[in-house]
Amino acid sequence: MNRFPLWKYLLICAVLIVSAIYTLPNFYGEVPAVQISSTRSAIKVDAMLMQQVEDELKAAHIDYADALVDGTSIKVKFANTDAQLKAKEALEARFRDGYSVALNLISASPDWLTAIGAKPMYLGLDLRGGVYFLMQVDMQAALDKAVERFTADIRSQLREQKIRYSSISRDHQTVIVHFSDADTRELANKFISKNFADLVLTENNAANDFILTANLREEVKKRTQDNAILQNITTLRNRVNELGVAEPIIQQQGADRVVVQLPGVQDTAKAKEILGRTATLEVRLVDETHDITAAIQGQVPYDDELYTERGGMPILVKKTVSLTGDYITDASPGFDQQSGQAAVHINLDSRGARIFRDVTRENVGKRMAILLVEKGKAEVITAPVIREEIGGGRVQITGMDSTQEAADVALLLRAGALAAPMDIVEERTVGPSMGADNIKKGFDSNMWGFVAVVVFMIFYYRYFGIFSSLALTANGLFLVALLSMMQATLTLPGLAGIALTLGMAIDANVLINERIREELRNGNSPQAAIHAGYDRAWGTILDSNITTFIAGVALFWLGSGPVRGFAVVLCLGILTSMFSAVTISRALANLSYGRRARVAKLSI
Amino acid sequence: MEFFRIKNDIPFMRYGKLTTAISMLTFLFAIWALAYKGLNLGVDFTGGTVIEVAYDKPAQIDQIRDNLTKTGLIEVTVQTFGTTKDVLIRLPLHKGTTSAKTSDVVMAALKAHDPSVTLKRVDFVGPQVGKELYDNGALALVVVAIGILIYLAIRFEWRFALSAIIANIHDVVIILGCFAFFQWEFTLTVLAGILAVLGYSVNESVVVFDRIRENLRKMRKSTIPDIIDNAITTTMSRTIITHGMTQMMVLSMLFFGGEALHNFALALTIGIMFGIYSSVLVASPLLLMLGVKREHFIKDNKPKADVSADGAQV
Repeated sequence: MNRFPLWKYLLICAVLIVSAIYTLPNFYGEVPAVQISSTRSAIKVDAMLMQQVEDELKAAHIDYADALVDGTSIKVKFANTDAQLKAKEALEARFRDGYSVALNLISASPDWLTAIGAKPMYLGLDLRGGVYFLMQVDMQAALDKAVERFTADIRSQLREQKIRYSSISRDHQTVIVHFSDADTRELANKFISKNFADLVLTENNAANDFILTANLREEVKKRTQDNAILQNITTLRNRVNELGVAEPIIQQQGADRVVVQLPGVQDTAKAKEILGRTATLEVRLVDETHDITAAIQGQVPYDDELYTERGGMPILVKKTVSLTGDYITDASPGFDQQSGQAAVHINLDSRGARIFRDVTRENVGKRMAILLVEKGKAEVITAPVIREEIGGGRVQITGMDSTQEAADVALLLRAGALAAPMDIVEERTVGPSMGADNIKKGFDSNMWGFVAVVVFMIFYYRYFGIFSSLALTANGLFLVALLSMMQATLTLPGLAGIALTLGMAIDANVLINERIREELRNGNSPQAAIHAGYDRAWGTILDSNITTFIAGVALFWLGSGPVRGFAVVLCLGILTSMFSAVTISRALANLSYGRRARVAKLSI
Repeated sequence: MEFFRIKNDIPFMRYGKLTTAISMLTFLFAIWALAYKGLNLGVDFTGGTVIEVAYDKPAQIDQIRDNLTKTGLIEVTVQTFGTTKDVLIRLPLHKGTTSAKTSDVVMAALKAHDPSVTLKRVDFVGPQVGKELYDNGALALVVVAIGILIYLAIRFEWRFALSAIIANIHDVVIILGCFAFFQWEFTLTVLAGILAVLGYSVNESVVVFDRIRENLRKMRKSTIPDIIDNAITTTMSRTIITHGMTQMMVLSMLFFGGEALHNFALALTIGIMFGIYSSVLVASPLLLMLGVKREHFIKDNKPKADVSADGAQV
C-alpha cells in the first residue's frame, strides 16, 4: 500500500533536477560589467553594435572576459572593477550620442544556464543597494501650464482677428478676458468657441465691464493630466539614461505618482537634483523700446516682464515666447571658441530651426533673451544681440557660471522638460555595504535556523526526521528555484519570509509524524500507520496553510516595497511546502519501507 | 524519543475560568498599554526622515547632535544603532521644512565635520504616504481577519470561526500591547510579521477544531468538555513541537538577522508564544461558551462515510 508508481518517482526526480538547475545561478556570484543600451528607437542594439564595442575595447587595450547581446542592451563582462571603470570611460567617449553606458554587475553563471533563462534571484534595493523614489506629479501645475498656453493663444489670436479686448489674464485655471462692450464680447465668444473646442465659455457682467471666462472641459483636464504623467515618465527615463544607471525601473503608480528605482546609485543628492529639476529653455525678445528705469519703479509695460541678468543688470523681456525647449533635439556642453567661456551647444529640429531663423531674421540688431525656467521662476542666462540671421538650427548659448552648470543644463535640455513639477514623497536609500550586510544577515538567519530544525527533527523522529529534513531541504530548493524563475524581487523581509516559511513548513511533517506515532500506538501495523499518517494529515495541512495564504495575499495586495517581497515569499513558500512535505517525504518513506513485505518496527 | 506521553486527558475545560481570567488580564493590560503609552510608530507611518550612518571609529553622539542643530534642523534625535560606530538620526516631519532634501542637508553637515562618515540608509516618508501606509496596514489587518473568518465559517461552522478569530485578535492585541509597553518601534515589517503570525496561529485552532469535529462523531457518549479536553491533549505534542520549530527559525532571525529584522522577530516570538496559549485555552472555552453541539455536525455525517472524506483529522 505504500508504493508509488514509477511515474511519481520520475516526476519528483524531474522537479528536483529542474529546480536544482534554476537554483544554480545563485551560487556563481556576480562579475563587473559595462552595459550599453540605446536611448533612441532608431538605434538598434545588435551584433553589429557589439562588434563596434569590442573593436573599441581592443583599440583601447582593455581586456574583457565576454560580450553578449541581452535583449535591449549589450553587456561586456570584465575580470575586475579596474578594467570595468576604464572600459566605461572609453565606451562613454565613443558612444556618447544616443547611447547610455552604465556600470552593472551581472551573473557569473555559465552561458548554458543563461541560455535556458536560468538567472539568479532578482534582489531588491535593500539587498543590492540603491535608491527608491516615489514622486508625486503636481497636477495643478500641469493644468495651470495648459491654461497659460491657452491664455497666450487667445491673446495672440484675438489680436490677429482685431477683436479688441481691454485685458486678458489667468486666474488659477481660468482665463479671464475683459471687454468694453457686449458686442465685441459676443464676437470673441463666437470666435473662441469655434477655434478652442477644449474650453467652456461663460459670460459675466459687472458695471461697464463685460467679462468672458474660459475653463478647461473635464475630459480635457483628464487628458492633460494623463499626458503630463506620461511626458514626465518619458523625461525621467531620459534623465536616468543620462545618469547611466543599469536596470532602472520607472513606472506609474496610481493616477499621479511615479516610482523610480535606481539600483546601485551612490550619489543620491545628484540623482535627486537631476530627477526633480523642471528646467526648460525659453527664447524671448528683449523689449528695448520702453524705459527700464520706469519699469524698476513698478511701471512694467503690459506685455513685458522685468528680470535681472546674471551680471546684475535689469532687463525687460517680452511675455511672448518665441521658442521653447521642446524643439531641442540635442544639447551638449562645450566652450565658446572665441572667449573660451563655458557654453551649451544646441541643435533644433526642423520646425524649431525655421522659427529661430525667422525670429533672428526679423530682429537683426535687437537683443534676444535666453531664459532658464525652473519651478515657475525664470532666469535670464544671457541676452546677446542678434548680429545676423541664424539658420540651420545650431545655436550656442554662453553665460553659464561654470562648466559644471553647462553640463547640467545640457543634460536637462537633452532629456526634455517635465510637463509638471514633481515632488519626492517617499525615499528609501540603501548603501552598498548595507545591502551586502543585509544579504549576509538574511542568509545566516536561514542557515542557523535550518540547522537547528534539522538537528531536532532527526533527534526526535529518527528516520522519519531524516525524511522530513530532506523534504524541508527540497522545499528550500523549490522556493529558491521558483523565485529565480519568476524573477520576483527578493527583499530582506523576503529572506526572513524564507526562514519563516521553512519553519512553518516543517509543521506538515510534524503533523504526519505525530499521526503515524498515534496510529502505531493504537495498534496499527507499521505499513497501515504510514498510510494513514500521510492520508489523514493532508486535509489539516491544507486547512492550516490556507489561512496563512490569506494573510499573504492581503499583504501582497495592500503592502508596498519590501513587505510585498515578504508576501510573495510567504505565498510561494506555502505552495512549495504543500508539495514537498507530502510528496517528497512520502516518496522517501515509501522507498525505505514500502518495498518490504514485513516491517516489524518503524524508526520514528 | 517522545516528550509527551500523556495517559489521561488533561481537563483543560475545568480550568476554563482561570484561563479566561488570565487572558482577560493580559488583554486588558495590552489595551491599557496601547491607550496609555501608545505605539511607537516608525517613520513608515508617521512620516519623517531616518538616516543611518557609519563612522570608522566610535561616534561622538553629542557633537553630531550639536552639529546638526546648528544647521537649523529641529527636533533631531541622534542615537547609536547596534554598535557604537553606527548612528541613527531621526527627523520628524515639519511643514515646509522637511522634504527629500533634508537627508542631503544632514549628510553635508556630517561630512563637513568628519569626512569618514558613510551613508548606510535613508528612509524619507512624506505625510501623505505615511498616512496611506497606515491606512493600508489597518485595512490589511481587517481584510486578513475577515478572510480567515469566512474561510473557517465555510470549512467548519460559524461558532468555530468566531472563537478562532477572537482568540487570534486577542493575540494581535497582546503583540501590539507589548510593542506599546516597551516602546519598541512599530514598522511596516513588524506589521507584516503580525499578519503572518495571525494566519499562522489560526492553524493551531484549525488543528484542534478538526479533532473536536472528529471526536464529536466518534465519542458519542462523552460530554462536550470531555471531547474538547481529549482533542487538546491528543494534539498537544504536535502543537508544541511545531511551534518550537518555527520559534527556532525566528530565534535564529532574532540572533543573526541584525537590527533590521529584530522587531519583526520579536513580534513573531510573542505571536507564536501567545498563539499556542490562545488557540488552545482561549478558542476552546469560547467555543464551549458559544454553545457548540453535536447536532451541528451530526446532520452532515452520513452513515458509513469515510471520516477523512469530509475533513481530515490528526
